[in-house]
Amino acid sequence: MSSTLAAGLSPVRQTLSNGAVIIVQETSGAPSVSINAAFLAGSIYEPDNLPGLAHLTARVIDRGTIRRSADAIAQELDSRGVSLRIATTRHTMTFSSTCLSEDFDELLDVVVDVARCATFPDAEVAKRRAEAVTAIRQDEDNPAVRAMETLSEMLYGPSHPYGRCAKGSVDSLERINRDAIWRFHTRYIRPAVLSLVIVGDVTATRAIELAASKLEGWAGAPERPVVVPPPSVIPGRQVREIPMAGKSQTDIAYGFATIGRLDPRYYGYWMMNNVLGQFGLGGRLADNIRERQGMAYYAFSSFDPTVGEGPLVVRAGVDPANVQRTIDAIDAEIRELGEHGPTPAEVDESRGYLVGSIPRMLETNYSIAGFLQTSEQFGLGLDYDRRLPGLIESVTIDDVRAAAAEALHPERAAIAIAGPESAGGATP
Amino acid sequence: MVSMHLRAATAVDSNLRFEYLPNGLKVVVREIHTAPLVSVWCWYRVGSGDELPGHTGVSHWVEHMNFKGTVNIPREQMKGIVERFGGMWNGYTWIDQTTYLETAGRAALDRMLFLEAERMAYGLYEPGDCESERTVIISELQGGENDPDQLLDTEVMATAFRAHPYQHPTIGWLEDLRAMTRDDLVSHYRRFYIPNNATLVVVGDVNADDVLRGAEAHFASIPEGVAPERIRVCEPPQLGERRVLIEREGTTGYVKVVFHAPAANDPDFFAMLVLDAILTGAKGVNLWSSFRVAPPQRRARLYTALVERGLASSVSGAIMPTAQPYVYTLSFTAIDGIPLEDVEAAALQEIERVREAGVEPADVDRARHQLRARLVFDNDSVTNVAHQLGYFETIAGPDYLPLLQQRIDAVTAEQVWDVARRRLGPCTRTVGWFKPVGAPRQGLDEMSANPART
Repeated sequence: MSSTLAAGLSPVRQTLSNGAVIIVQETSGAPSVSINAAFLAGSIYEPDNLPGLAHLTARVIDRGTIRRSADAIAQELDSRGVSLRIATTRHTMTFSSTCLSEDFDELLDVVVDVARCATFPDAEVAKRRAEAVTAIRQDEDNPAVRAMETLSEMLYGPSHPYGRCAKGSVDSLERINRDAIWRFHTRYIRPAVLSLVIVGDVTATRAIELAASKLEGWAGAPERPVVVPPPSVIPGRQVREIPMAGKSQTDIAYGFATIGRLDPRYYGYWMMNNVLGQFGLGGRLADNIRERQGMAYYAFSSFDPTVGEGPLVVRAGVDPANVQRTIDAIDAEIRELGEHGPTPAEVDESRGYLVGSIPRMLETNYSIAGFLQTSEQFGLGLDYDRRLPGLIESVTIDDVRAAAAEALHPERAAIAIAGPESAGGATP
Repeated sequence: MVSMHLRAATAVDSNLRFEYLPNGLKVVVREIHTAPLVSVWCWYRVGSGDELPGHTGVSHWVEHMNFKGTVNIPREQMKGIVERFGGMWNGYTWIDQTTYLETAGRAALDRMLFLEAERMAYGLYEPGDCESERTVIISELQGGENDPDQLLDTEVMATAFRAHPYQHPTIGWLEDLRAMTRDDLVSHYRRFYIPNNATLVVVGDVNADDVLRGAEAHFASIPEGVAPERIRVCEPPQLGERRVLIEREGTTGYVKVVFHAPAANDPDFFAMLVLDAILTGAKGVNLWSSFRVAPPQRRARLYTALVERGLASSVSGAIMPTAQPYVYTLSFTAIDGIPLEDVEAAALQEIERVREAGVEPADVDRARHQLRARLVFDNDSVTNVAHQLGYFETIAGPDYLPLLQQRIDAVTAEQVWDVARRRLGPCTRTVGWFKPVGAPRQGLDEMSANPART
């Protein structure tokens, strides 16, 4: 836990000569340190013919370096009780881990080493490819994943970087060899696009010195920035069903492409989504679908703005016989909020919730690291946690109403339905 | 000090305030002033292990009903009480316990205590709400059935236990959920939701005296009840291997190997924790933290024997502190194309290797270090500290947690070998397979055969 949160965060930021940014937040609540190292090396940077390349690179990158064998890395992590998570999103590849304070130096050394000096042995590529193929096969059997992946494709188009499956396909993974991984690593895992956040029981001066020494002598930047194209799909009502034998429940994903994270309308959209499908146990959507109609264990919406136009997605898991009733209920709530906006009481409640939830976003070293990483990625500033309450407070009911009027139109919704074939089915 | 008439209680950890109200409610407070947050948890000693046939799932259903309004909190105002402060609120039910939590800024403390007191005594249980929640819970159950690993887990547990109520899933059996009535819910609620069957845990940026004063103000008027008897069923010894095979549409094969495990207070439990860390990597030592962070497992015996050999894409182990003997579960996801026979054979071979040759002192050292780190990571927030305190208080008593690290540190290689020999033998295991059948490859090609309808 942070020791400083009553007064807000006080991170120290330094840019090295190779472009790497280091951000450190000291806390003293627990004798542990969290590391979050993000490179702009997500799936958007893959060649069009090799979807899944970033994902597979992340799976193999910590399985051997010039200095350490896969076994040596395993020994260093396991002996300290540490797991290293390497995750890719559309835009980033992030190395994250938490260790005891006494192990910080060694863990940072491992993290920088695997990012900088990975060797991608052929045998490791083969093993991790087989695991990645199995993960894709598991996803094929998961109605929630199928609905979400289908919705992304419907919203953005199958060739758009936000529309294609970030894990790739069985076919594309079979075509990814060590050379392709090596090229991706050489091109994109570069210090100029590294943001290294360190949070915990460590002094900022020491952490920066250590990080700088481990990154010394490493240089380079990607050749060109990637520009996110607009969605290649013209918005219009689309419904797609994915029949899945042997399943008990149907997953519905219903959504729209909206705005980017730096759009000035962001805070209005954030609050609008809170009213629609978050406040309480799922906003207006859960009030209708779960509380009044008893149709679903989960019914909510999520808003995921990113560099490009991110999605606003309504999700519900329902009995196959209730699919059409659920879509009707979602349509009704979307239409109502879009046409009439929120009530003043809803805006007050949501505002109070969003402002009050900021300390919870910063409850652990791990979550502080994630918050600072996002702030750095979008250039929100080192004082963002202290400015955020004011930014939320300044949102008016008209802002929220405008966001709802702009985004929420049932006739423009894309709807993906994955599950057992229902007798009633869904109608457009 | 608060002017309360409190029974003295033993507090092993000097950082804790640990008091009883006259009605028997135990109150545990820990001040932590590192963040402007407070976490309130109200724990009840009731879970699916207290349920009789025909009433499976009643504890979980009651938990759901306690989000639906009370005498003094209209249903539509329930959600706003904590959320208007930016707080999060939730609850969960498991085999030994039901618990409710709120974490929010310290200004919300009084409202959180009010909410929990209302939950304890004044739930409405409106007939219409009971009915609508029936279908919500059935939806929750069916969502779980969509996951073949969870489906297999349910079948394996029902096979591993012959008599003990730990055998049924916490959510209950479908037919029981269809048949139970409002009276069943209310009767269960009234029997178990009494102050002398509960523990209130408050951790965070608070003054302990203020908390105790607040607890008295909100809870003292709730009368003590008749302490509920918990079901005492002793699972008969297992005399031979049991097997479960689910053949069903799917894409991926799963294998589970389950052994009977010691309860939290059994001396064997600590050696089992170390053994599990050696086999699959150390997890957090309670239900909530066990799956929060992936375990360090690349040198773990079963990981190297299956994942590094290309037989499984994942390996996991689970041993939880429980009030009565539960299970030790090993789970494997087969690599696409690998026969389940090969996965099972490799897993059993590695277990036999440990049973025959024991473990190295270096293995034990690594496992103990991993567990020490996990116990630190388990305490990384007021929410998680509060959960850990309440969890162990409810299932094992107040002296357990302060001595946990010491007991883990005292485990020897000999003890690990001993529990492996005694507890992981072939006669006491249950093996489950989920074997996917008849599943077409559902790739992009098939999706394009179901084009968009506009």
